[in-house]
Amino acid sequence: MTDSPQVKHHGSDMFEGYPVDTADTAGDQVVTNYTINFGPQHPAAHGVLRMVMELDGEIIERVDPHVGLLHRGTEKLIEYKTYLQALPYFDRLDYCSPLGMEHSYVLAIEKLLDLEVPARAQYLRTLFAELTRICNHMLNIGSHVMDVGAMTPNLWVFELREDCLNFFERMSGARMHHAWFRPGGVHQDVPEKLLVDIGEWVEKRLPELFGDAMSLVIDNRIFKQRNVDIATVSKEDALAWGFSGPMIRGSGIAWDLRKSQPYDAYAAMEFDIPVGTRGDCYDRFMVRVQEVYQSARIIKQCLRDMPSGPIASLDRKVVPPKRGEMKQSMESLIHHFKLYTEGFHVPAGEVYVATESPKGEFGVYLVSDGSNKPYRCKIRPTAFSHLQAMDFMCKGHMLADTTAIIGAIDVVFGECDR
Amino acid sequence: MASPAPLIAPRDGLADALAKALGQDMLAHVFAVGEDSITVRREAVAGVMISLRDNLDYQQLMEIAGVDYPNRPERFEVVYHLLSVTKNHRLRVRVSTDEATPVPTIVPVWPNAGWLEREVFDMYGVLFAGNPDLRRILTDYGFQGFPQRKDFPLTGYTELRYSEEDKRVVYEPVRLAQDFRNFDFMSPWEGADYILPGDEKAGGTGEAPGKGAPSPMTAQEVKKADEAKAAPPPTPKTTESPAQTGAGKTADKEATKKSRDGKQAKPEAAAESKPSAKAKGASTPKAKAPAKAKAPRKPKAGGDA
Repeated sequence: MTDSPQVKHHGSDMFEGYPVDTADTAGDQVVTNYTINFGPQHPAAHGVLRMVMELDGEIIERVDPHVGLLHRGTEKLIEYKTYLQALPYFDRLDYCSPLGMEHSYVLAIEKLLDLEVPARAQYLRTLFAELTRICNHMLNIGSHVMDVGAMTPNLWVFELREDCLNFFERMSGARMHHAWFRPGGVHQDVPEKLLVDIGEWVEKRLPELFGDAMSLVIDNRIFKQRNVDIATVSKEDALAWGFSGPMIRGSGIAWDLRKSQPYDAYAAMEFDIPVGTRGDCYDRFMVRVQEVYQSARIIKQCLRDMPSGPIASLDRKVVPPKRGEMKQSMESLIHHFKLYTEGFHVPAGEVYVATESPKGEFGVYLVSDGSNKPYRCKIRPTAFSHLQAMDFMCKGHMLADTTAIIGAIDVVFGECDR
Repeated sequence: MASPAPLIAPRDGLADALAKALGQDMLAHVFAVGEDSITVRREAVAGVMISLRDNLDYQQLMEIAGVDYPNRPERFEVVYHLLSVTKNHRLRVRVSTDEATPVPTIVPVWPNAGWLEREVFDMYGVLFAGNPDLRRILTDYGFQGFPQRKDFPLTGYTELRYSEEDKRVVYEPVRLAQDFRNFDFMSPWEGADYILPGDEKAGGTGEAPGKGAPSPMTAQEVKKADEAKAAPPPTPKTTESPAQTGAGKTADKEATKKSRDGKQAKPEAAAESKPSAKAKGASTPKAKAPAKAKAPRKPKAGGDA
């Protein structure tokens, strides 16, 4: 708009004497990039992710993810809790794979304490960590295919997830926030029938239902169109951006902490590391699909070789005695009281312990000053590095591809924001 | 190692290789709890990282953690965790700094350092010189302060709620219905760095606090110690004058008789009230005298408490 009435526009005398719009006509207009907000309340964002996106038409030019909307100060809270009181916070980090989070933490404490863990506890932890992986992948695979337009497989794999949650409920009493891994072992032994049921489930129901669901997806033309060659990440980029888990394996690097730095009973397990060839969203998806079968393999081996014996260390300075003992022995009563009030002391020192959580390398950097509370507990979330790469992964793709890329990252904000 | 933690074999010849690659920039190399950690000069950290990545095959930067040690002259530690996927080894690199001195950024070495440095800045206020995008990352838009510092309270300073009147979210100073309770479960005989309540009375044992409980004293020793500590007995009380006795004037026998009678109690009591008020006024100077006489007792009373 200008205020020059003398300019005649398109030869029309109609607006004589009035301010006339002298802007170019539609065909001449320069289309500038525009910025949109993706989230923070978006069903495909898998949580509270806000992304400020600069779009050129429908092509993404730049992505600035804003994280932290679910920041709860977990690390600060842990500094004010005893080691055992801090454990349940880990369930609430990645609430889709709670045992995977607990695993790093208890291993970090055990490493500082140099605590021996009985074989049965190690096998139980391995078994349920793998069941957690299946549970997590069911959620991710299901929501990933739903994000790109398929409905049915999601409902089917959620059936399997429901089975897993029922197993967890029978294991710990809680469906999601188990707090079942404890420094020195696990909290309670599992019923024998549960192990039998898991064995049958892994043998029969899981491969059938999961196979059916995946048969709808993996060769589906639409699914491939939405995922193949989307957000291709080279090996070099995957290393430089600190990728881990299915993200780095999707790029073709056979790196799995369960193999390379085995913990608990993984050294005795036989399993393969699936890797991608192109490093796109489809490869990441397929790596997860194959990991489900590998996890089933590990579960079978755990069930086959499950040793008997104590389910937690018998070191009464770390692991509290069972209730029955407490009723009989004064010593046990004292230990129980001391461990649930003061807690155990961890020798001064620092460790960084990382495990292969379903989403990638989940690390805990634990600094102890010799007291009963962690001096510092830094949590290394998997999603932080992956989400940071959103900008270079999205660049040049269409807006609708964002959901596929986020789905293939497998991001959960409880863990990313801590 | 007995614990089932991730098994990482020590890397052969690492110390020599580090010394060769880093030279003067490496200040210390520690191998503890099965993990290698090195301390490097702050100014040289970017060069050190390039050298570690290119010469020693640490391809991945997994984590940057800040740690706050308020008692140190340079209170913050920035801890980098590196991973070598070819040598299957982890290395921890440490740098120390304070509130004002920036640490050189390593974003040119590893692009994912961008967010990790932002997080350390957000949580501790450590500055990273050269980071292209040093904004806050995890805390709220417009947040002030650095929450992971040890002197930042757990409850924070502000809280927010949805205000029905204003129809928006409002920020207010934190109001706690109950004081924050931070229980101290440390065993006092295992190195507590404070004096237990009551222990200050036993200060004469000559033992430094925290070196264990004082050995119990025998009854004789306690008695002796009490006697030694007790204040000298007060000067004997004398009653030379009526003022020193602490007593008032002898009561009027006639008046008491009448009041006990009961019949004339009320008018008499009313009549008496005036003289009694006078007596009060008169007795005040007297009351001071007994107080003075009692004064020497006070130190003793304090010693007993």
